[in-house]
Amino acid sequence: MSIGSDDIEKLAVLARLSFEGDELGDITDKLASIVAFVDQLGEADTASVTPMAHPLDQVQRLRADAPDADIDRARLQACSDATEDGLYLVPRVIE
Amino acid sequence: MSWDVVIGLEIHCQLATRSKIFSGAPTAYGAAPNTQANLIDLGFPGVLPVLNAEAVRLAVTFGLAIGADIAPRSVFARKNYFYPDLPKGYQISQYELPIVSGGTVEITGDDGTLRRINVTRAHLEEDAGKSLHENFTDQSGIDLNRAGTPLIEIVSEPEIRSAREAADYMRRVHELVRYLGISDGNMQEGSFRCDANVSLRKSPDAPLGTRTEIKNLNSFRFIERAIEHEIERQADILEAGGSIVQETRLYDADADETRSMRSKEAANDYRYFPDPDLLPVVIDDAFVDGVRDAMPELPDARRKRFIADYGLRAEDADVLVGQRPMAEYFEAVAATAEPKLAANWVLGEFTAALNRDGTAVADAPVDSSGLASLLARITDKTISGTAAKQVFEAMWAGEGDADSVIDAKGLRQITDLGAIEAMVDEVIAASPEQVQQFRDGKEKVIGYLVGQVMKASRGKADPAEVNRVLRDKLSGG
Repeated sequence: MSIGSDDIEKLAVLARLSFEGDELGDITDKLASIVAFVDQLGEADTASVTPMAHPLDQVQRLRADAPDADIDRARLQACSDATEDGLYLVPRVIE
Repeated sequence: MSWDVVIGLEIHCQLATRSKIFSGAPTAYGAAPNTQANLIDLGFPGVLPVLNAEAVRLAVTFGLAIGADIAPRSVFARKNYFYPDLPKGYQISQYELPIVSGGTVEITGDDGTLRRINVTRAHLEEDAGKSLHENFTDQSGIDLNRAGTPLIEIVSEPEIRSAREAADYMRRVHELVRYLGISDGNMQEGSFRCDANVSLRKSPDAPLGTRTEIKNLNSFRFIERAIEHEIERQADILEAGGSIVQETRLYDADADETRSMRSKEAANDYRYFPDPDLLPVVIDDAFVDGVRDAMPELPDARRKRFIADYGLRAEDADVLVGQRPMAEYFEAVAATAEPKLAANWVLGEFTAALNRDGTAVADAPVDSSGLASLLARITDKTISGTAAKQVFEAMWAGEGDADSVIDAKGLRQITDLGAIEAMVDEVIAASPEQVQQFRDGKEKVIGYLVGQVMKASRGKADPAEVNRVLRDKLSGG
């Protein structure tokens, strides 16, 4: 798999990142070399290996379905820029 | 020109848990904004999700109900996109290894025959919050109470052939999840909503056409209308020589049209990857067996049994099975009463009283044994059907059981032939005009005359007997 500046620009849009000056070329080169390194793994025969979803060899523990009512809205909203009537305010989003 | 219509549905169904899928925040609907979103739902740094066991159980229940495979090992993935109602910048969902794969939902096809629609998968995921636009001019208000509410997304194969079939599929799934207590299915509150993928092609052998996705259909009527509109819109474009643009469209119920949601176009690359905060979910056979053993008879099986064992009409069986408490109430009544009479009463007076008072079956003032004892008095001719309605209302109002109400109101049916004949004679004498009409061949007038006798008897005469005596006397001259 190769990676070009088009891919990086698209990813940057999706990730809400922007570049300055010649950063795009630099980042493209670095990411391309990382992807090339990962490509080496393709040389190993993994046909009989179950894909690993997590590096820990453990399974998910489940929680009992018990609600806790301990929610302090004022405290949780203290770090937010703007709130009104309990709502978080953001620049208008509408379809 | 006629087109081959191809529809696939994605149903988002909120699971009836008390707490969220990855946090202990409560899920009750209608709380003050942001009072049910905790650190985990808000995506604060350093928090870790812990999976709710009940969400897993409900997803497995759904899988078993549609005859699907339950994955012994399933994995959560991050679906990455930015939107203000998604505080973490990703939704925790399942991608490559969903908890439920396969299975079928039976619908009635457009030709009236049974069709099996294959389900591709059903996966667990968290819901997002809500954006509110009213009351703000250049801002939106965000309520994250819904963020982290457990959902299953049920994805069908593109095997649905019309708007009507799509609505029928949605109804069947809705009935199933409510029946099994998987979801409250409340569509107004957004607990059950649907996206439809629609495309057209010239013939069933042709390759699939370009599809559009219609978002957030939250009623059976809307889904049917929205899809019909979309089929028409696509047909117009294709017949004019144009081509369909793959896009997401929103149904506007007020304007009765679909329109493009341009903002979604750039965001269709979600860069899924396994969520490192969650370990694989392992479900063993014992767990699946436990869920299976606890499951009630499924609606389809029950519907068929009602028709076969009780001789009910398909439409009546449909309505009774639509709500599990109603089906159970009916069966309890029919255990002692004549089944068709029981069905008529449960669907008639009983349902009307529930609707009038906004009462749930479980809270009905007339329980199943109460109704059964009332119906027994109709069957043994102690009271007429007309009087039975009065008795029912009195029982509903808490005036006592069937027998005591019948005695208190003096509603015992008049079976004394002499008394009935006397009343019939009076009515004949008082209604010369109607009597003449009947004798001139106007058969329907008999209904009026029977009604007059019933009125004279204050509903206590047996209408069949009155009818017989009336005809006897009128034809005898």
